[in-house]
Amino acid sequence: MNWLPEEASNLARNVDTVIWFVTIISLVFFFLITVVLVFFAIKYRRKSGEDETPYITGNHFLETLWTIVPSILVLVIFAYGFIVFKQMRTPPQEALEINVIGKQWLWQFQYDNGKTTINELYVQQNRPVKLIMRSEDVIHSFFVPAFRVKQDLLSGMYTYLWFTPTKVGVFDLYCAEYCGAAHSKMLGKVIVMSPEAYERWRKGEEREEQKGVASISPVQLGEQLYQQRGCNACHTIDGTPSVGPSWKGLFGHEVTLQDGTKVTADENYIRESILEPQAKLVKGYQPVMPSFKGILTDEEISAIIAYIKTLK
Amino acid sequence: MEEIGIDVHAHHHVDPVVEYKASKLGMWLFLATELLLFGGLFAAYAIFRAKYPEMFHEEHKELDRTIGAINTVVLICSSLTMALGVASIQRGKKKLLSLFLLLTILFGIVFGINKYFEYGHKFEHHIYPSTSIFFALYFMMTGLHMLHVLAGVLVLTALLILSLKGKFSENYYTPIELGGLYWHLVDLIWIYLFPLLYLIS
Amino acid sequence: MANHTVAETIHVPYLEEKGILSWILSTDHKRIGIMYLVSISTFFVLAGIAALLVRLELLSPGKTIVDAHTYNVLFTFHGSAMVFLFIVPGIAASFGNFLIPLMIGARDVAFPRLNLLSYWLYLLGTVIILFSLLKPADTGWTFYTPYSIQTGTDVILLTFGVFILGFSSILTGLNFIVTVHKLRAPGMTWHRLPLFIWSSYATAILQLLATPVLGITLLLLIAERVFGIGFFDPAKGGDPILFQNFFWFYSHPAVYIMIIPAMGVISEVIPVFARKPIFGYKAIAYSSLAIALISFLVWAHHMFVSGMSEVAATVFSFLTFLVAIPTAIKVFNWLATLYKGSIELRTPMLYALSFIFLFTIGGLTGVFLGTLAADVHLHDTYFVVAHMHYVMIGGTVMGFFAALHFWYPKMFGKMYNEAVAKVAWFLVFVGFNVTFFPQFILGMEGMPRRYADYPPQFHTLHEISTIGSWILGLGILIMALNLLRSLTNGEKAPDNPFNSLSLEWQIPSPPPHENFEKIPHVTDWTYGYGKKNNQEG
Repeated sequence: MNWLPEEASNLARNVDTVIWFVTIISLVFFFLITVVLVFFAIKYRRKSGEDETPYITGNHFLETLWTIVPSILVLVIFAYGFIVFKQMRTPPQEALEINVIGKQWLWQFQYDNGKTTINELYVQQNRPVKLIMRSEDVIHSFFVPAFRVKQDLLSGMYTYLWFTPTKVGVFDLYCAEYCGAAHSKMLGKVIVMSPEAYERWRKGEEREEQKGVASISPVQLGEQLYQQRGCNACHTIDGTPSVGPSWKGLFGHEVTLQDGTKVTADENYIRESILEPQAKLVKGYQPVMPSFKGILTDEEISAIIAYIKTLK
Repeated sequence: MEEIGIDVHAHHHVDPVVEYKASKLGMWLFLATELLLFGGLFAAYAIFRAKYPEMFHEEHKELDRTIGAINTVVLICSSLTMALGVASIQRGKKKLLSLFLLLTILFGIVFGINKYFEYGHKFEHHIYPSTSIFFALYFMMTGLHMLHVLAGVLVLTALLILSLKGKFSENYYTPIELGGLYWHLVDLIWIYLFPLLYLIS
Repeated sequence: MANHTVAETIHVPYLEEKGILSWILSTDHKRIGIMYLVSISTFFVLAGIAALLVRLELLSPGKTIVDAHTYNVLFTFHGSAMVFLFIVPGIAASFGNFLIPLMIGARDVAFPRLNLLSYWLYLLGTVIILFSLLKPADTGWTFYTPYSIQTGTDVILLTFGVFILGFSSILTGLNFIVTVHKLRAPGMTWHRLPLFIWSSYATAILQLLATPVLGITLLLLIAERVFGIGFFDPAKGGDPILFQNFFWFYSHPAVYIMIIPAMGVISEVIPVFARKPIFGYKAIAYSSLAIALISFLVWAHHMFVSGMSEVAATVFSFLTFLVAIPTAIKVFNWLATLYKGSIELRTPMLYALSFIFLFTIGGLTGVFLGTLAADVHLHDTYFVVAHMHYVMIGGTVMGFFAALHFWYPKMFGKMYNEAVAKVAWFLVFVGFNVTFFPQFILGMEGMPRRYADYPPQFHTLHEISTIGSWILGLGILIMALNLLRSLTNGEKAPDNPFNSLSLEWQIPSPPPHENFEKIPHVTDWTYGYGKKNNQEG
């Protein structure tokens, strides 16, 4: 079925088979009902006001039939859905565990080798992964259509899901539970790598974007971080205000704070706003930005500032 | 097709017996919704007590069992006077009805005064609904119940005024009976609240 | 035959008295029904405009007309107004009020003053909700915690308004139950009751039993925000899923509060325009009750991926499938009623047949969502949005439009323009499908719901959907203009233009204030169409 996205996990095929199964049964009933409806509406349309109609009030055989047949079918569908669900909820022992934190409005992934990534989940092809997930604020939901997995993230409680990615590539990750202003910007990518590439990434040999690397300029790095760290969920670069103020023309200009005082958006102000967003909140915006302390390195913050400076 | 003739201009209820039965059915249904309203709180109570048994055990000690017990007795007495009031009017004793209604109202007010001091005491000790889940339950359950007592007192006062005006007799006492049913429900809910909140252990 | 000839009446039609006071102080069930009809239709239009704006924003990726926050406010208003101000009171409060006493042969409902109080409470609730628009909430109509505790928008006023509406709903339900129990005319036995009465009765039970739980849930949510209690707040030791359990314990039965009255309408319209007795009367009557009861046991199927236990998910999935069976039975019975009929495709019948077609799609797609493994993928995507609208518009609103065109002559004593009504029906039917069918595909592809913006791969389908919403809006506009214009310009309606056997058609159009000059004595059910000696099957 090409309505469904690419099947890129071990679970996808099984889920699709269930969806197919239900679709076929539904189509049979749908066509049956529609054909009968249209056929009757045409065949028995009124010819004259004196049409004689039979006095039929019921038929035990038919009524029993159409009670029992759907009952059996729904039981079968239930059982099939349950069997696959059971598989989806039973992670194998050897699965690689990755911690997932959802917060307004970004995804944070913590790996066993101590690495942390934002909005990009790195996994290895054909190796089962178990995500242990929690939220730091409201409910979010981890949804990767290509893997056919979805699970809510709650605060105060861990939830989990697992899958084995089967195709190398980059897949969309969405937040599926409404979580506020930038819900539709809480997007991420799942990057499935070949075992060799994954091993290089794990050991840190492969140049990953999250460590500032000398070969690109700070402005370029800042531009990359703007995308990767999810800044773009709330801050535009074209001057339109969104959840947060736009970055365009921000640097060096005065901003009015919640209490009416004015400060100039210089390097220190931006740095503070990244590390302690609620300290000096710009008037007209909600105190919703998460702190990036421990997520962005000093070098990365400098890069972002450098990037903001270019947005005039 | 035959038709039975009934006076068009009469009240739409065909006869008083139907009206009486309809009113009573309506009241019972209303009481069912009241139970379900509290049912949500009882469900929350069950869930959180299972989750935090120690919290319930420790914090319920802050509640004043004496006032709670006095209030229980007060409400049981009020239920008794209410029942006596209904019994009186069924036998046509109008003055006795007014007396028992007054007593019931007074018991209700005593209950409210006790509750006032109890809440005040809690606030002095800096115990608020936000203090813990247990106290949130305590304040929500007893607070909602208190609102019902208040509503009951208002209804009974209205009935008392009507009773003093001589509106009720052994032939017509439906509102008294309905008011009584409501008051018994309020009493009954307290009978459950008291042990659930004050007598844990 | 339930052929009740009523002598020429000297009594005044209920619409005769003029002036606003004669309306808002009236305890006449017919006037109260009309007041509900006008009110809910107003909010249907307002919430519909919000929906058109939502669709317009989604015409293209990126910002089209409004920013993300405004979008969230729009869909919250659309959802909460449609659900709480239009579709929950909906057919039950408007047509239920107007028709129940007429159909059972009574002069009014059991408690006319309480009935008026219900309407006032409804008005009070709407006023409070309109006030909340000064700082409109952005929680979605589901008010999920902890977001609804955290957001800076006015959740308290909105939920308090819904709480007040709950009272209105409870009192209406109570009134209807007692009315059906105690005020049936002589000879109107339970098994002679029109199926609309059965469905209203089942709905009333649901209103009575489910609404208090919504009431306490909203009170607790308000207390979370005002007093800082922590039942739903994990930071305070509360349980974030508890709110969802409470909320859906009401809101799933509420889905049936919305749809069962429409099923009742369909059961009335089809026999009249097919000139056939309803097929399987008892099955339809009792399936309403069965749906009502099972609906209390299925609430958690909205929560398969919420973090609840697998065992619970399995149990709720199983119970959910049970509700499919009585629903399927109804559809088969309506189809069988058409068999060998003399079918006249007047506007009410067109809407009724559309109901069967669209509700079948809505019901079958519900099976996908009840199936555990499939729901994991489809949950919180546009598939759910489409499914819900196929049930709510394809089902309830089609039933509402069928009712509107069927009982319009009785209510207002005027006929509407049939040709224009059919054009409107065609646009509504086509527009609805163009709007919502692509959303099934969007959902399968993984488009999450409540997104102000979306990745470009979903563009085409969103574009089609938005264009569909314009066709649908145009259809409803034409329908509304036709019905409004006919109030003054329409031809005078005969007492029984569609030759129905039901009691409400045996009295003048519009009915006199007292309904019946003499309380009728009923000797047969209301579906005695067709020739009895020709009985088969």
